[in-house]
Amino acid sequence: MLARAANSLFWLGRYMERMDAVARLIETAVRLSAMSETGDEWRSAIIAAGCEPSFAEHHAEAHYETCVPYLAHDRSNPSSILNCLDAARYNARSMRTALTREMWEIVNEAWQMGRKLTPDSFLLENLSDTLDQIKRHSTLFVGAYTSTMLRNDGYSFIRLGTFVERADNMARLLDVKYNVLLPSYASVGGFVDYQQWTTVLQAVSAVRAYHWVFRDQVKPWNVAELMLLRTEMPRSLRTCYDEINAELERLATLYGGDRGECHRLAGETRARLVYATVNSIFQRGLHEFLTEMVDDTTQLGQDIQAFYMR
Amino acid sequence: MFDEVFDLNGLAHDDARLVAEWLQATPIETLKAKSVEAERLFRRVGITFAVYTEGGDPERLIPFDLVPRHLTATQWARLERGLTQRVIALNMFLSDIYGKAEIVRAGRIPRDLVLKHAAFRPEMQGFVPPGGVYTHVAGIDLVRTGHDEYYVLEDNCRTPSGVSYMLENREVMMRLFPGFFASAHVAPVSNYPEQLLQTLRSVAPARGSANPTVVLLTPGQFNSAFYEHSFLSDEMGVELCEGSDLFVEDDRVFMRTTTGPKPVDVIYRRIDDDYLDPLAFKPESVLGVPGLMRAYRAGRVTIANAPGAGVADDKSVYRFVPEMIRFYLGEEPILANVPTWDCADPAQLSHVLANLSELVVKECAGSGGYGMLIGPKASAAERDEFAAKLKAWPEGYIAQPTLALSTSPTLVEQGVAPRHVDLRPFVLTGAGGRVSIVPGGLTRVALKEGSLVVNSSQGGGTKDTWVLRPRPGEKVPEIRALPAKADGTSATLSQMQTQSTQSQQGGQ
Repeated sequence: MLARAANSLFWLGRYMERMDAVARLIETAVRLSAMSETGDEWRSAIIAAGCEPSFAEHHAEAHYETCVPYLAHDRSNPSSILNCLDAARYNARSMRTALTREMWEIVNEAWQMGRKLTPDSFLLENLSDTLDQIKRHSTLFVGAYTSTMLRNDGYSFIRLGTFVERADNMARLLDVKYNVLLPSYASVGGFVDYQQWTTVLQAVSAVRAYHWVFRDQVKPWNVAELMLLRTEMPRSLRTCYDEINAELERLATLYGGDRGECHRLAGETRARLVYATVNSIFQRGLHEFLTEMVDDTTQLGQDIQAFYMR
Repeated sequence: MFDEVFDLNGLAHDDARLVAEWLQATPIETLKAKSVEAERLFRRVGITFAVYTEGGDPERLIPFDLVPRHLTATQWARLERGLTQRVIALNMFLSDIYGKAEIVRAGRIPRDLVLKHAAFRPEMQGFVPPGGVYTHVAGIDLVRTGHDEYYVLEDNCRTPSGVSYMLENREVMMRLFPGFFASAHVAPVSNYPEQLLQTLRSVAPARGSANPTVVLLTPGQFNSAFYEHSFLSDEMGVELCEGSDLFVEDDRVFMRTTTGPKPVDVIYRRIDDDYLDPLAFKPESVLGVPGLMRAYRAGRVTIANAPGAGVADDKSVYRFVPEMIRFYLGEEPILANVPTWDCADPAQLSHVLANLSELVVKECAGSGGYGMLIGPKASAAERDEFAAKLKAWPEGYIAQPTLALSTSPTLVEQGVAPRHVDLRPFVLTGAGGRVSIVPGGLTRVALKEGSLVVNSSQGGGTKDTWVLRPRPGEKVPEIRALPAKADGTSATLSQMQTQSTQSQQGGQ
């Protein structure tokens, strides 16, 4: 398979996942801001999205009116939802024949949907509908390739894209909470703190999953455990790294046993997630742990590209 | 004006009864509903055509007309033989002018016209491409003016496009009208990609891989024909490469794959000569592959079509093609050329200027229906403007009589009405000059009433083209070319004669 083809499929997977993550991030920030008096949840969302420096070039203050347009449809933000859609379709189109018709139709439909969105679509009264549409297309895309694509190397590259991106976004999303200060009257473990952790769960559609797994009220360490370490949770970092390792192994087998730095790093990161306990993570500092995960996942993406895509 | 289905009294021609009866039996509402369904099918596969000069939707569909255009087995036999003859001659011409240039020495075509031509590539002189073929895929544009009257309007020897429409139109017709299609006994076209792949593999370099690797080289997804590139590479099962996917090392071409470099033997390129290799041609090209021409001249890779093939399809060279057929094959052309005035000649120019209102004037370098004047349709002011251009640069133009192109019944807003059509069959030439043509081609239709411009860039549409199998009692004649007239001495190059004999045997 052409190296460029692998690259296109990898990024197609990433961008279709990224638009979902940005949509969830916006939702989280909206929910957090509804119970906040400090207003720093928007800055926190921008930090989590990894675009604080470029945001600061354009806007002095972070609030709904500046952040939502920037995250959703600003062309100067390479990860804005509309830019994700364009990039996904560009990659899909250049590899049109490597995709099944079902995959192409979803990507194309998502793009057509994106072209119809206006700034009005992101006003608070329309926001939920708009973000639901975006998340739905992301889900449909994963469903389309899972159920229609030949299990060849192309499948592995697209799947690597999905899970590398998801791992990165999970770590960032959890970190939003870290950056949001508690209001002065509230205390750690108090009602507002509890509400904020619940919001994080809502962002990844995991409130029910939480209760099913822990049968307990929402507690920070349980939320962290669910989102980082649990294999039951389809978006946990652990699950993402399980999938990443499986795909990298599949590729290595397919390509005659060749392994590189990406295989080592993916394996090492997975091992950390397998053997970590939530206590050890909190003792060291959740933020430090998440930062390390974001850095390593970024590095892994680069290593995969270096090994297979040039 | 000749309509291919109905005569002047509105009665169907003998060979067109099937289409006429189908049209009569099918209500307009049904046709319109099916037409909407066809558009949906085309959008779904993403078959689009971008037009550079327009704003608007970059993903525009070429309109598809669902009334099929038919040719009888007898009519096709003659076209097929004529196309084979013509493309053999075009390939021999290219081989000659990049070799000994016998045709120039014999004074049959002006030296400067060939050697100073913008598409002439000195890099190709004294070099024989693998398999001896220059134009592996030729698209020959034909028009019909009467029941048995066909003319060649234009040759396309560089990177002719449109074959994906021929194939997709057929798929859609079979799906929309399975009963009608089955009753018509249409010769299949679906094996084109396989024939193309065979053709390309047959011209792999002798020193290449035992099992040659073919790739399709595209300028990328912003090219108007990108859909066709991805369609063909998919159908052939070959990689769709951009220039940056390929590199040259020790005169061999490699593609970058997920498992490292893989050698490439044959490149079916869909980018222009100028952009093929920044080291040989336009240095600013980012679409090409640095060093490709060196590898090519070292005999390590095949480029199809060969660089420099464009010199055979230029509008100024066009009028010499019948002469090529006589010179190389010793035969009279089976398919006629449209009479053509050469504006570079002062006497012919003054004739053209005096009769501008009756002629079609074309810019030699123009394509896509741009840069031309259709005298009878133009206003006096437009004609005056064109006359000025002609006088300023006469050698840039040729003129032809305005042909009464045949019409084919076409679904329009008001119902079914006659619209002008042309036909582009695709002619493949493999090693040793072996020619193959899938029965049919791309029919383009001018959707505007009275319009003669069928180009998709100017509002033209397409139709499925049905070459019918012989009907009971129809004896398909064997078409033979007449020997060239006495003054048309044939070429003496024995190599060429062998090539031509072989290709006639191989021809279908």
